[in-house]
Amino acid sequence: MADTMVTNNRPAADAAPAAKMQTTKNKVAIEMAGVHKWYGDFHVLRDVNLMVERRERIVISGPSGSGKSTMIRCINHLEEHQQGRIVVDGVELTNDLKKIDEVRRDVGMVFQHFNLFPHLTVLENCTLAPIWVRKMPRKQAEEVAMHFLQRVKIPEQAKKYPGQLSGGQQQRVAIARALCMNPKIMLFDEPTSALDPEMVKEVLDTMVQLAMDGMTMLVVTHEMGFARQVANRVIFMDAGQIVEANTPEEFFSHPQHERTKLFLSQILH
Amino acid sequence: MTDEAVNLAFARTQMIDAMAPPRAAAGAIGWLRKNLLNSWTNALLTLLGLYLVWLIVPPLIKFLFIDAVWDGASREDCLAEKVGREVGACWPFIQKKFYQLVYGFYPSDLYWRPNLTFALGAALLIPLLIPKIPYKALNAVLFFGVFPVVAFFLLVGGVFGLEHVETRIWGGLLVTLVVAVTGIVASLPLGIMLALGRRSQLPVIRFFSVIFIEFWRGVPLITVLFFATYMLPLFMPANWSIDSLLRALVGVALFSAAYMAEVVRGGLQAIPRGQYEGAMALGIGYWKMMGLIILPQALKLVIPGIVNTFIGLFKDTTLVMIVAIFDFLGQLRAAFADPNWSTPSTLFTGFAFAGIVYFVFCFGMSRYSLFVERRLDTGYRR
Repeated sequence: MADTMVTNNRPAADAAPAAKMQTTKNKVAIEMAGVHKWYGDFHVLRDVNLMVERRERIVISGPSGSGKSTMIRCINHLEEHQQGRIVVDGVELTNDLKKIDEVRRDVGMVFQHFNLFPHLTVLENCTLAPIWVRKMPRKQAEEVAMHFLQRVKIPEQAKKYPGQLSGGQQQRVAIARALCMNPKIMLFDEPTSALDPEMVKEVLDTMVQLAMDGMTMLVVTHEMGFARQVANRVIFMDAGQIVEANTPEEFFSHPQHERTKLFLSQILH
Repeated sequence: MTDEAVNLAFARTQMIDAMAPPRAAAGAIGWLRKNLLNSWTNALLTLLGLYLVWLIVPPLIKFLFIDAVWDGASREDCLAEKVGREVGACWPFIQKKFYQLVYGFYPSDLYWRPNLTFALGAALLIPLLIPKIPYKALNAVLFFGVFPVVAFFLLVGGVFGLEHVETRIWGGLLVTLVVAVTGIVASLPLGIMLALGRRSQLPVIRFFSVIFIEFWRGVPLITVLFFATYMLPLFMPANWSIDSLLRALVGVALFSAAYMAEVVRGGLQAIPRGQYEGAMALGIGYWKMMGLIILPQALKLVIPGIVNTFIGLFKDTTLVMIVAIFDFLGQLRAAFADPNWSTPSTLFTGFAFAGIVYFVFCFGMSRYSLFVERRLDTGYRR
């Protein structure tokens, strides 16, 4: 699947020009090579090859069961791959627990169902990992947390419990919680799928802001407007494989593969 | 047709502000109507309930207070023919046997040692239970770490010039509390470890946890106590003797740990996968994930089950009686045998007193657990 290799035509607006001259090794954030995964006998991921550069924003879409969530969950080893190589920020994911935790510290993830910790306040949700994993002093962790809560525009909710917030607010807390670990890469697994329609925008706005700040992002979503607005590349998956990858302009106006055309005709009315 | 089309269209011109809910029929009579007499069947049940209360409460009050004898020196004072009236509870019996019920045959000149232990325990436990009082971490270390050691040396003695007191002569409430508190304090952490072990990814740990839990749940506590007291010495080297109270303690602790493990496992199973994933995605390791995220939620969910096990354990401590350890109930039964106090109401008085004592402890645990449940409720559904 050579066609899915780096095709970064649109470097991030604020990328330093010097970055272009660096060796590819430093520019690569994630490398997946020949990745296969099975659930029992079921072949979920089939020969996935993907190279993600720093500051790239990739949107992954596809029908349900196509393996898109599984693929990004392999990147922080929430799912284990059985064949192939996954290298994240220069660290190869093996069964070495130390390496896995090392990767997870630097890769933020936002889930469909937020997965906030209900017994902790919003602020505590945000400071837990910095304090216990990064060994940050509590004071400093709280300052960092308030900074990111401000960025997702809900600093006034810091003392509340997740159960007292709306879905959109909870998802923004989840984004802030991930950012508090100062991640190099952010993974989004259908971040707006569980939200009321009125709350989708506030979460997408936060993600657009993050993209403009130059975060490396992999986003599994069906929000095609978001893909058009911020993605460098759109990847279409079906039956556990990458079927098509292209810039958003090309992807939406000239889809190549029959399956992509069918999918787009179903979701773009 | 055009009329209908016109009726379909609607646009609100003014939004309605939130209003207070309507006041329910106020006053005591309104409450009675609503809750006790809102239908014929309910009215009937209310009457039946009142009848049952009438059957039970007045005779109880009559026995415990009105007809009770409050002062006396021997059985004579509690006999109806001597007193010349109907006799209810014979409280002098409890007064005279009080020290035996509390301390067993602990030497009376050394009562200050159990007393000091009780006082220390209460002084450390009460602030631990009241959320507003600070220094919880220090308090917990003192209660769970330091207190057992101090209590052990205070009660057993043999060091620091304290006279050695064999556990054989301990008894009464002292033994009940020692067995119950040790069982409760030991069974929770042990149970948590076993529950985690049973859900572990590592087959060896899972296997041993399952075997342990199923073994202890599969045998009756009486068997465990019998085995520990009478059979274990047969397998031990001749000069190897373990204190019989200690053996019973270990038996009770392991037994209740197995039950606790299953209660905790129930809580662990109720925690959605997303909580684990949320923690793992932040790079939080297994023990921190369990300690900071999973267990606080899981234990909160199973507080009723945990307290249920505690209460069951508290009452099961009476079973140590059958291996010749005289706990509170054991001392009571020994006191019944005293011919000085054999009156028709001695037995009832004794059991009424025992019932009240056990009830106070168990009801206290129950109310406290309700308080904790309400306090920990953060109103989150997922």
